[in-house]
Amino acid sequence: MKILSASAITDAVAELCIHANRFLPKDVRERMESCAAGETSACAREVFRQLKENWILAAETGLPLCQDTGLAVFFIDVGQDVHIKGDMREAVNEGVRRGYGAGFLRKSVCEPFTRKNTGDNTPAIIHTTLVPGDTVRIRYMAKGGGSENMSRVTMLAPAQGWDGIREFVIRRVAESGSNPCPPVIVGLGVGGSFDYAPILAKQALFRPLDDINPDPDLAEKEEELLCALNRLHIGPMGLGGVTTCLAVKIAKAPCHIASLPLAVNIQCHSARHEEVVL
Amino acid sequence: MAVWNLTAPLRQADVEKLQSGDIVFLSGTIYTARDAAHKRLDALLDAGEPLPFEPKGAVIYYSGPTPPPPGCPIGSAGPTTSYRMDAYAPRLYRLGVRGTIGKGRRHADVLAAIRETGGVYFGATGGAGALLSRCIRKAEVLAFEDLGPEAIRKLWVEAFPLLVINDGGGGELYACPDISAALAAQGTL
Repeated sequence: MKILSASAITDAVAELCIHANRFLPKDVRERMESCAAGETSACAREVFRQLKENWILAAETGLPLCQDTGLAVFFIDVGQDVHIKGDMREAVNEGVRRGYGAGFLRKSVCEPFTRKNTGDNTPAIIHTTLVPGDTVRIRYMAKGGGSENMSRVTMLAPAQGWDGIREFVIRRVAESGSNPCPPVIVGLGVGGSFDYAPILAKQALFRPLDDINPDPDLAEKEEELLCALNRLHIGPMGLGGVTTCLAVKIAKAPCHIASLPLAVNIQCHSARHEEVVL
Repeated sequence: MAVWNLTAPLRQADVEKLQSGDIVFLSGTIYTARDAAHKRLDALLDAGEPLPFEPKGAVIYYSGPTPPPPGCPIGSAGPTTSYRMDAYAPRLYRLGVRGTIGKGRRHADVLAAIRETGGVYFGATGGAGALLSRCIRKAEVLAFEDLGPEAIRKLWVEAFPLLVINDGGGGELYACPDISAALAAQGTL
């Protein structure tokens, strides 16, 4: 039995929050650079130029990439052979409190009815899974509100199938237009239940943009949808262009014979997420 | 597509020449306000009380910046999505506000108010908050400090890069998504 102190979790979480908000992941930078090279319109090229200058400046100065430093979303895989000394949830929230304080990150969490800001960006959204092993894997995402607002969950009829999924996603991205800071990344959760589909969609957003889905059928669907979404010609920041979507990532789970749950989680181009294994 | 250097507060003559697609480098003073601040501005107007800033010619920036690190006037400060302020914007334009800065398409009521008052809606690049903060020379909280990131801040800006999305003549810059092309797309690239 491995022993892990709650304070080690707090320290790791604080560091994740600060680092992820300053450094855009390499796969996102590379995908944006290759998409920028394919743009011909002046507006699209100028947006990509500003975004590149922005990620360079953020890395150099320590300023957050975006003023929306997000709701802190965590997926934590806790090994069954680990004994955590202390309150894990409180340790994570304390890490958020410290990271968002010391990193000069924005506190963007409020009570839903009074809209009173909680002042320290807590509580975080924490999904915990018990897994075999003796490590704790913490995945963090700084999820911005603008793109989250454009996300949807729907319960399709089984007869609608892939065509129905495809149409719903295309219409959703089209309707979102310039709002979620395109080019976007689209995470899809297909199947499961009304509550599980969005969790699958959010987890899909953690995948590197340049990976290929190990399921060949899903890999083909991801490519097909990416191609279709880029025909919308919304373009970077909605100003027109061939880059509306950087990637589509699909996660699936078996579902009820009566249902076809679908969650569309939209991610802006500032796709900030990192992980650590303790 | 023209390039203009303008100073806020904006005069009518500054705005009437603008066309959607024009680039504007804005200097002068502007005010941040987003969701919660707009709700309070609306309540002040309902109560017949004055706004914390002079609306005539004012430019409102839909932004909630990150806290300033030591040695910086402000933290990261890019635009937030504008539609959430659409319920309040027409009233503010009619009080003399001449421009708003954000990202994303506006409601028809806002576009009508922009046409009626000869105003303008500017877009700034979303997700470029670190870069845009470099154009902000000074910032001070003007009102609603308890709202934290949503407080109204007065910003002194220099050559802040903007794009005219909607002009007073009804111009619109945002691309209309080609849904039928996307639905008809076959196969992969």
